[in-house]
Amino acid sequence: MITVRSLLDDAWHHRYQKICNLNIRSSIYDVTNTCNLRCKGCFFFSSNEHLTGEANDVATWETFIDAEKARGANLPILIGGEPTLHPDRVEAFFKRLPTFCATNGLIKVPRDRFPQMMVGISLWGDAGTEKSLRGKDAFAVSSKNYAGDPNTYYLYTITSQQLGRVETMVRRIRDIGVKVHFQLLSNDEGADGFSWSPAQLADVRDELDDLLDRYPDTVISSRYYHEVLTTGSMLGRRFGWQECPSVSETHDTRNPQPRRLIRFRRWSADLKTTHRCCTSATRDCATCKDGAAHMSWVMVNKRAHIRTARDLQNWIEVYEMFAKLYRFIPW
Amino acid sequence: MPQTQNGLMERRIAEILIQELKLENVTPDTFDVTTDLVKELGIDSMDLTTVVLVLQGEYKVKFDEDNYPSLTTVRAIAEQIRQLQGTVS
Ligand code: SF4
Ligand code: SF4
Repeated sequence: MITVRSLLDDAWHHRYQKICNLNIRSSIYDVTNTCNLRCKGCFFFSSNEHLTGEANDVATWETFIDAEKARGANLPILIGGEPTLHPDRVEAFFKRLPTFCATNGLIKVPRDRFPQMMVGISLWGDAGTEKSLRGKDAFAVSSKNYAGDPNTYYLYTITSQQLGRVETMVRRIRDIGVKVHFQLLSNDEGADGFSWSPAQLADVRDELDDLLDRYPDTVISSRYYHEVLTTGSMLGRRFGWQECPSVSETHDTRNPQPRRLIRFRRWSADLKTTHRCCTSATRDCATCKDGAAHMSWVMVNKRAHIRTARDLQNWIEVYEMFAKLYRFIPW
Repeated sequence: MPQTQNGLMERRIAEILIQELKLENVTPDTFDVTTDLVKELGIDSMDLTTVVLVLQGEYKVKFDEDNYPSLTTVRAIAEQIRQLQGTVS
């Protein structure tokens, strides 16, 4: 019988034991429908998911979060819009659960109020790309706000126009003492010149592998994650709607059910509506490059990876990457 | 050597696990009934739900969902079925 123990030597088994008992039930919450940027390609605005209205009273949020806890959610991932525009709502989560807050970094999360809250800052490229897609060099501001912050990382959304130039920003992030994780732009709004060709995807995979090797203290990633994200395939299976783990349980009518994030929902800021998935309902699943969905795809398919030592090690590396990004294990 | 009732039940549970979860490289006879299903075989709560449905039908018992985390081995599952059937002294 193939077991985890039969595939792993002591060192790998030790790593496996550190993560195998994490019982994570994440859900995503749109904290607000407004933002202090309007990026081209932002799925939130391009899909009109910001039109639901939002609950304004903090007490309503508190009651809602308590109900979410009772439902079993134990890792709230706050997105928006821009969550830091509403620190009271963020605090309502943070006081109750270990919380992850996605932000564009323009507003500094006060660390006396949110000590050790996990923060992920969105980054779309170097100054030129940030200005063309986001109307502003957001990194110039966020790097001042978060330099040296041990509980922060940049979520660098690589665009095809960054090919061959990713290192510039990795070095700048290293220089301010923060970590970086990658995903790929899905180009929801069809911005000119920002779609991926197969050759570009192969090139970006090589580039990300190389950066992981050369900046191991800064880049939080794994080769297998790069492979799965750029090829859209895993163990001979294709990523897409029928395989995606990040579909809200309230919208999941798939039959047969694929392996999925248990009890996952993405809630609108009205606290009544749930969205289809972790990204926009208007996105074409066939071209979706959402990093978290691909990472989760690997994670929920643990049993499929208990096949060869290399497969299982790949799974462990992806799970470790997740556990680091959400601060369940140290960097 | 003839198998005990307990041994037969464990063998049948192993067989159901193999069939329902399409486990490879193992037979009911080689299944180690003390192997941790979650940590060592990667069986998750979705898998368990599938298996529990079949077991409930076969053994005419109803598992409490709160007890799923204790279903860690084939032996533990057999033990729980016997408790639910009231055959544990
Ligand atoms: S900062 Fe984030 S939420 Fe705001 S517009 Fe840009 S991508 Fe959208
Ligand atoms: S758009 Fe992406 S994350 Fe959403 S359901 Fe499709 S594949 Fe999954």
